[in-house]
Amino acid sequence: MGIGRMSAPLARVRGLGAAKAGTDAFWRQRLTAVANIPLTIGFVLILVSLLGRSYPAVKQILGSPLVAIVMLGFFVSITWHMRLGMQVIIEDYIHNERIKIALIMANTFFAFAVALACAFAILKLSFGV
Amino acid sequence: MADTKAPVERPLSPHLQVYRLTLTMVMSIVHRITGAALYFGTLLLAWWLVAASYGPPAYADVEWFMGSIVGRLILFGYTWALIHHMLGGLRYLIWDTGHGFGPSEREWLVRANLIGSIGLTIILWVLGYLALGGPR
Repeated sequence: MGIGRMSAPLARVRGLGAAKAGTDAFWRQRLTAVANIPLTIGFVLILVSLLGRSYPAVKQILGSPLVAIVMLGFFVSITWHMRLGMQVIIEDYIHNERIKIALIMANTFFAFAVALACAFAILKLSFGV
Repeated sequence: MADTKAPVERPLSPHLQVYRLTLTMVMSIVHRITGAALYFGTLLLAWWLVAASYGPPAYADVEWFMGSIVGRLILFGYTWALIHHMLGGLRYLIWDTGHGFGPSEREWLVRANLIGSIGLTIILWVLGYLALGGPR
């Protein structure tokens, strides 16, 4: 009873499908959604703690390890989540194949650029220079 | 009957306009709209953090913008979109488990989503202004 000729079509396509990625995007959308909940609460608490503070205080708080770790986790998770979400929006409304592919690429670049900028800023605040 | 030349009236598949607008439908598109708004809103967050890493002059620019009326309105909208999308996400996670689809349950969920997001946003901003000691 191996996977060969005896396997049902479902077994062969599982994890593939038309996009050759199976349910990967769906699953990661949920995974990052769950991660976003505590991370967003943490992010909002950090923001509230920064209200009305001077630049040196803000710099010190953002650069402290626990705050920086929460912020890094928050940005990794939300940029991943938003990239998946925007890809669904693009696929739903853009039917021209070339434009769609270009927008999906641009979407990934945007999400990556935001994540990189935020991560670099947090690390610079943490390690000084 | 056989020699009729009139085009056959074929049934068309129903689209959005044939349905009565319901709160669950509105909340579905609002979830997507808030998601898209948050997507572009991350530019503000990136600007804020990069400015903070640059130093006091760059950070002062961000503080000036966020303190302006336009900045405050954007921040207020961003706060609501963030909370609304998060609570909406919880609703979808509940629906992912197969629960909460009954007529009264789904209505309750979308109302809790809307009332919760507006309420929490206002509470957060009132607390924020109290912490700051009023508008500056």
